[in-house]
Amino acid sequence: MSHRTQKIPFSSSATKLIRLSVILMMVGLLSGCKDVNWGWYVVSPFTNTGQTNLQFLLGGLWNTVLLSFTAIVISVFIGLVVALPSLSTNKHWRMVNRVYVEAIRAIPILVLILWVYYGLPVVAGIQINVFWAGVVALALSDSAFQAEIFRAGIQSIDKGQTEASHSINLNYPDTLRFVILPQAIRRVLPALGNQLVYMLKMSSLVSIIGMQELTRRANELVVTEYRPLEIYTVLVLEYLVLILIVSAFVRRLEKKMGANVSA
Amino acid sequence: MNTQNTTDKNTVIQLTDVSKWFGDFQALDTVSLNVQLGERVVICGPSGSGKSTLIRCINRLEAHEKGTIIVNGHELNNDKNNVIAARNEIGMVFQHFNLFPHLSVLENLTLGLTRVRKFQKTEAEQIAMQYLERVNIAEQSHKLPNQLSGGQQQRVAIARSLCMEPRIMLFDEPTSALDPEMISEVLDVMVELAETGMTMICVTHEMGFARKVADTMVFMDTGQIIERSAPEQFFTEPESQRCQQFLKQILQH
Ligand SMILES: Nc1ncnc2c1ncn2[C@@H]1O[C@H](COP(=O)(O)OP(=O)(O)OP(=O)(O)O)[C@@H](O)[C@H]1O
Ligand SMILES: [Mg+2]
Repeated sequence: MSHRTQKIPFSSSATKLIRLSVILMMVGLLSGCKDVNWGWYVVSPFTNTGQTNLQFLLGGLWNTVLLSFTAIVISVFIGLVVALPSLSTNKHWRMVNRVYVEAIRAIPILVLILWVYYGLPVVAGIQINVFWAGVVALALSDSAFQAEIFRAGIQSIDKGQTEASHSINLNYPDTLRFVILPQAIRRVLPALGNQLVYMLKMSSLVSIIGMQELTRRANELVVTEYRPLEIYTVLVLEYLVLILIVSAFVRRLEKKMGANVSA
Repeated sequence: MNTQNTTDKNTVIQLTDVSKWFGDFQALDTVSLNVQLGERVVICGPSGSGKSTLIRCINRLEAHEKGTIIVNGHELNNDKNNVIAARNEIGMVFQHFNLFPHLSVLENLTLGLTRVRKFQKTEAEQIAMQYLERVNIAEQSHKLPNQLSGGQQQRVAIARSLCMEPRIMLFDEPTSALDPEMISEVLDVMVELAETGMTMICVTHEMGFARKVADTMVFMDTGQIIERSAPEQFFTEPESQRCQQFLKQILQH
């Protein structure tokens, strides 16, 4: 069996989906509110102001993406490290995992962002810029969920796999690295994809401390143009398109990795 | 009853009064068993009698709570080094194969060779292919385990154990998860292995195989070794009532 036969026509299906959703939204918006005084010119690609404004709005895209992806990479790493003690037979180690997960999970993301940005510099005496404050807060908050995802994934692997590894004298780190994790990660890939989408959305909260990402840009434009409805509609569409693209990529990755094992 | 349990310099496995509990339930009850180098032991007994628990204690997949287990001079206890030393001598084959599903047949073998035995990749692959040839499955080496039949998977599992060059092989019902037509291909490999002089402990209800290779038959019930004798005696005149009954049931079909 070759991998070629399993190629997924990403571009056509994804663009179809995007086009469909955009049309649906437009129709819904326009038909529902006839007496609204629209001012699409502020974001029209056919006028000069519109072009400048759109450019300004889209200028936040890179930061949204960079923020989310940096945060998810860190949170996956922390999540994995935090998940490991939960597998221990020692109840103190398991306690470490529980305390971390429960504590972090209990803090609202917005509160964590504010605390990391305004509180951490005072407590730890380090200067931290808006971007890294956002990354740290998002990654910490997400890591508790990642830890739970990895714990569930690892625990779902048959214990015969560990026993077979023991029987050939594979040590614990090697067993994790070569036997358990490759299987567990395949299994939790859909959940990891979920978290990535969630992260892209939650990154909008970092606008509160002045991060120039999509939401912040929209907020700033609304202040100068007084056209919240049109501008926020564009904002909604920006997230929609971004997330649909990311979802399609995640699905493709899932298929590619899942093609190896159908266990 | 022939419970003669001699110890000499050829004793490779020595169990003395081994007991094990799961919670309140006693799975092994003062089990003593010595196995000599090159000896082939077949263990049988009703379901839940502790057969799996016994052989899993021998490579410490389960920890016993009382008594001593010594494998080739290494006593199995909380000292990790002893357990590692013992496992170096022991290979194990499981009822459900426990192959690594995400690795190819070849990689299932080379993982231990490269990570535990520290061979270079190419050398490990050469060794692995030798063992795959020995179980007649070399031409499938690039496939994933779930692309093989049950019998083929079990032969790969045997090769995976053998390529680590153990001196003792443990088999826990290696054919009971297989379709009938695949049982003989696995048993054939085991018979060949027996002919090489490998020390083997097999939990199995394949009495034809037992007659062919066993030096010693062991019958277990309720966590105890009820009978331990040479096959001629075991099959013709078992001493205990329970063993007679069990053999009658199992040999009926
Ligand atoms: N991990 C465990 N936790 C609790 N009880 C267990 C565990 N493993 C085995 N047991 C119990 O110990 C007893 C002996 O189990 P064991 O698997 O050794 O039996 P067996 O002789 O191999 O049976 P079978 O022929 O069904 O494989 C059984 O009653 C079983 O329920
Ligand atoms: Mg069993």
